[in-house]
Amino acid sequence: MVTAAVNNLVFKRPVGFTDTPTTYCPGCTHGVAHRLVAEVLEEMGIIEKTIGVAPVGCAVFAYNYFDTDFVEAAHGRAPAMATGIKRVLPDRIVFTYQGDGDLASIGMGEIVHAAARGENLTVIFINNANFGMTGGQMAPTTLPGMKTTSSPNGRDVETQGYPIRMAEMLATLDGVGYVVRRSLHDPKNIRLAKKAIRLAFETQVRGLGFSMVELLSTCPTNWGMTPVESLKFVEEHMVPAFPLGDYKVTAGVAQIKV
Amino acid sequence: MHFVAFVCKDFFTEKQMPRELWKGNEAIAEAAVRAGLEAYFGYPITPQTEILEYLSRRMPELGRAFVQAESELGAINMVYGAACTGVRVMSTSSSPGVSLMMEGISYIAGTEIPAVLVNVMRGGPGLGNIAPSQGDYNQAVHGGGHGDYQPIVLAPASVQEAIDLMVLSFDLAEKYRTICMVILDGCVGQIMEPAQMPEMRPIQRANWDWATDGKMGKRQRRILTSIYLDPVQEEKLNLRLLLRWKTIQQNEVRYKEYFLDDAEFVIVGFGTAGRVALSAVRTARQQGIKVGLLRPITVSPFPHQVIEQLVGHIRGFLVTEMNAGQMLEDVRLSVKGRVPIEFYGRMGGMVPLPDEILSEIQRMAAGPLSIEANPREEWFERMMARN
Repeated sequence: MVTAAVNNLVFKRPVGFTDTPTTYCPGCTHGVAHRLVAEVLEEMGIIEKTIGVAPVGCAVFAYNYFDTDFVEAAHGRAPAMATGIKRVLPDRIVFTYQGDGDLASIGMGEIVHAAARGENLTVIFINNANFGMTGGQMAPTTLPGMKTTSSPNGRDVETQGYPIRMAEMLATLDGVGYVVRRSLHDPKNIRLAKKAIRLAFETQVRGLGFSMVELLSTCPTNWGMTPVESLKFVEEHMVPAFPLGDYKVTAGVAQIKV
Repeated sequence: MHFVAFVCKDFFTEKQMPRELWKGNEAIAEAAVRAGLEAYFGYPITPQTEILEYLSRRMPELGRAFVQAESELGAINMVYGAACTGVRVMSTSSSPGVSLMMEGISYIAGTEIPAVLVNVMRGGPGLGNIAPSQGDYNQAVHGGGHGDYQPIVLAPASVQEAIDLMVLSFDLAEKYRTICMVILDGCVGQIMEPAQMPEMRPIQRANWDWATDGKMGKRQRRILTSIYLDPVQEEKLNLRLLLRWKTIQQNEVRYKEYFLDDAEFVIVGFGTAGRVALSAVRTARQQGIKVGLLRPITVSPFPHQVIEQLVGHIRGFLVTEMNAGQMLEDVRLSVKGRVPIEFYGRMGGMVPLPDEILSEIQRMAAGPLSIEANPREEWFERMMARN
């Protein structure tokens, strides 16, 4: 890393990041989400005691980018693996970082039960409406009519079902302390997303139960759009289908000031 | 090749210290606790459920972690996570549940971390039944999950042996950073026998140089993963696993032998099948038939060299199992067609009676055995004729 004496530093790599170029496509919001998590870990001073659990999907190499201990889960099993870690090391901060194929498809059982048990974990859930790494197949979050490589004529809800709204679903569970949906399509929403990530980790630090931030994200490569077009797509198509909002904020979490 | 094999003590004949009456499954649970089990993750399935039930009370009592997972898939991945932190961790299940765990087992093997698993085997395939079986030998010994890996597999034949092997399994798993699986049939899990528990070992968190337990301001970050995108690196991992396996083969073979000194015929059987065979061997001895018993304790690594050493001295082997001849193939690999082998198996939850094995011994002792004969085929024809 290049270091130079500067008088007025306005932008730097978060301490929570390693000096590693990511494998993400240009315009993909994984990088933004990563940065927000790293900044929050730095601001809360919890990098040293954080253990991350990486998913299977585009974020499979997340462990290369965060300067914390990391383990790599099987597809969808990150919440179970995180449960195992947190139960033997309750004073550590444990988070999973999962995509929609990982969390909402193959890992549905693990995420629902981790939330139902009220595991003191933080989940960063990237919803970009498709399986990114395997080449843009239909995910449980794919919008009706949306074309993917496994729904080439557009998702037909009659035969391929309807999108799953994870934040709303998990909010019904008593073990959940904090579950919200945010979007990464513009600076204002990115700031709101960061605040939510901060609150999710604060929820865990205080032992207030399961916390999850769902982040509406882009996938320009598989959507066949430019980065700007894909941000617009999130705003115009994904936000209406996956409304932003606080789906569960328990009284204890609501009192946290960040 | 350098080769060390442990001839284990005889749990059936040796005089022992004062003992308590223990049910197999509960004894396994308590033995694991005393070996330093810090976290248990499981799911109910007959005939192993008593382990889960016992630990649901015992672990919280000691301030240790217990989670009834949402499935065996959840349980094995909780084991995976906890194992990454370097603590002693275990899951237990029975055949269909172990099948569900195979994904996680392969990941644990690929990540080179220690974990202990118990399979209280029941009749299969499919949903099968809840009667004792040894039908998962191949799944346990020859993999089951994807990719190249070999776990250590221990097979107790009594409650006392199950206790002792549970303690050993944690030591071996940690020593070699490997999966150690204890396979027993539902019979050993459900039986009640007098047994002696080991002393409670204090929890000692070893300062492993691989555990992802948080940097805590003391070291560089660590990563535990089973992904090696570069095939060159993945092959290196495979070579590392094989090298480790070679060391295990050289140092960790365990078995029990009975009446082998002057034996003309040798029965090979593990777990309950081996135990039933011992009764038959004793009766046959009274009838003047010089027959002995080799009971593998480590079915993986398999005691190939022990069988190899017997080949020159005996007239034939009889392999007896509660399956269709799974370990038989390993015996055949050791014997390499040099002496005749016979097979007797029961399946689907059927347990062979001592008389059945005795008549197999008598038949073997009376009739000339053919080296060319396929033991599995001959057994199959006899079974079909009987039914």
